[in-house]
Amino acid sequence: MSEREVLELLRENARYSAADIARMTDLEEAEVEATIEELEAAGVVRGYQAVVDWDKLEDERVRAEVELNVTLDRETGYDDIAERLARFPQVKALRLISGDYDFDMEVEGDSIREVSQFISEKVAPVPEITQTVTHYVMTSYKENGIELGDGEGDDRLSFSP
Amino acid sequence: MTFELSDRVRTVPPSGIRRFFEIAEERDEVISLGVGEPDFATPWAARDAAITSLEQGKTSYTANRGKRELREAIADYVADRFELGYDPDEEILVTAGASEAVDLAFRAFVDPGDTVAIAQPSYISYEPGVIFAGGEVLPVPTREEDDFRLTVEGLEAAGAADADMLVLCYPNNPTGAIMPAEDLEPVAEFAREHDLTVLSDEIYAELTYDGEHTSIASFEGMRERTIVFNGFSKAHAMTGLRLGYALGPADAIGAMNKIHQYTMLSAPTTAQHAALEALDSCANEVQEMVDQYDRRRQFVLSRFREIGLDVFEAKGAFYCFPEVPEGFTAEEFAEEVLREQGVAVVPGDVFGDGGEGHLRISYATGLEDLRKALNRIEAFVEEHV
Repeated sequence: MSEREVLELLRENARYSAADIARMTDLEEAEVEATIEELEAAGVVRGYQAVVDWDKLEDERVRAEVELNVTLDRETGYDDIAERLARFPQVKALRLISGDYDFDMEVEGDSIREVSQFISEKVAPVPEITQTVTHYVMTSYKENGIELGDGEGDDRLSFSP
Repeated sequence: MTFELSDRVRTVPPSGIRRFFEIAEERDEVISLGVGEPDFATPWAARDAAITSLEQGKTSYTANRGKRELREAIADYVADRFELGYDPDEEILVTAGASEAVDLAFRAFVDPGDTVAIAQPSYISYEPGVIFAGGEVLPVPTREEDDFRLTVEGLEAAGAADADMLVLCYPNNPTGAIMPAEDLEPVAEFAREHDLTVLSDEIYAELTYDGEHTSIASFEGMRERTIVFNGFSKAHAMTGLRLGYALGPADAIGAMNKIHQYTMLSAPTTAQHAALEALDSCANEVQEMVDQYDRRRQFVLSRFREIGLDVFEAKGAFYCFPEVPEGFTAEEFAEEVLREQGVAVVPGDVFGDGGEGHLRISYATGLEDLRKALNRIEAFVEEHV
């Protein structure tokens, strides 16, 4: 159960220190450290990243959600195609999904041109891929469970009974 | 011309936290641990029900006692959660916040000269409420050695045996103390023995982190002499919607309703729709908020211990109650930490006897801000103590 609690807190804020997490739970600091190490070693925790609101930066950052349709044969399965695509650094997320298309792929680049070129030159030519539909992200409102943009400040009274 | 104020209004001093509010207003970047309200938004389903009711034009008065459906839902909820049985037709009154319910009770049951014993420290509005109703306040201090629980010895020492009424607030604002059943039983017996009416403010009942909340009205012979207050402000994060309720015997609730129907008429209709939905479908959100408060509670308690300030092990509500270090009064500490470090806390003495030498720290604030605020308090303590 402590694993679950530690994971929830890390997902809430990966910058919580082991001491912070120990303070919030009934665990000892050493126990928290050990749990995190185990979770990392077991590959449950795969990494720690910042949630960025790119709209707040002057630098352009272009992101696209790409729908991919594929055809399979005896030699090639979903995992093979996924493995090939996931290697590209431009691909930030890749998921096999149910519904009208097969893969949902998130791509990032510095310009629309760069992203378009990547899709047309690297992705579309993969023989098993039969169709790509690219949706450019215009505004992001929420990432990794965190709402982006200018949230209203806390306008509660500084003191209340 | 100048208005001639009534004696009752003149007697009541301005709120003890007003001055701090003014200092806080002068400063930028204040992190406030002085707020007694959730930092969560009302669960979406409840907000949506309020919106839908407005879209459907449901903007007229409801029955004075509140929408019947809501009273039924309240009856089911309190039966389920606190083993309290009340008839939705005659024993439940929906009010504009639990505060209105408390005020109605004072006005309905207190005659000029009546004595109202109040377990202190506690919520700052009881005492003015008694005075506005013409009664006299008898403070019954609780002590940290007793975990800020009310004891029969404390009641006797304060002279509460001769009082007409006893006011309780558990889980407690500001200490975070709770009254487990075994400690409540002798208090119930005292109330029966000395024929005291009991007003039990249980607005923080859901925010009990250690064990289950017990209502004093659930003890034998107590239901007929107790009014229980509860509402949606705290656990359901609905402070601004102003919705509470009172539970009690039919004649008592009828008397409170008599005042309510001439003053408020009925509680806000939109809020009643939100509250109905909150009871119907928001238990998971309430639990999530309670879990978050619990984590923050543990974090704050642990940090105060690290800082080296003695802190009472709060087990309910969303407050903790550390002691100020030697050399400071609570008021001095609160004022200086606000001026120097921009952290707003409330001195414990504004909550009455028993609160001196303590600070009320609200953890109804995000963890990031709690962490910063406690670092600043630590810096202040390191520099001055």
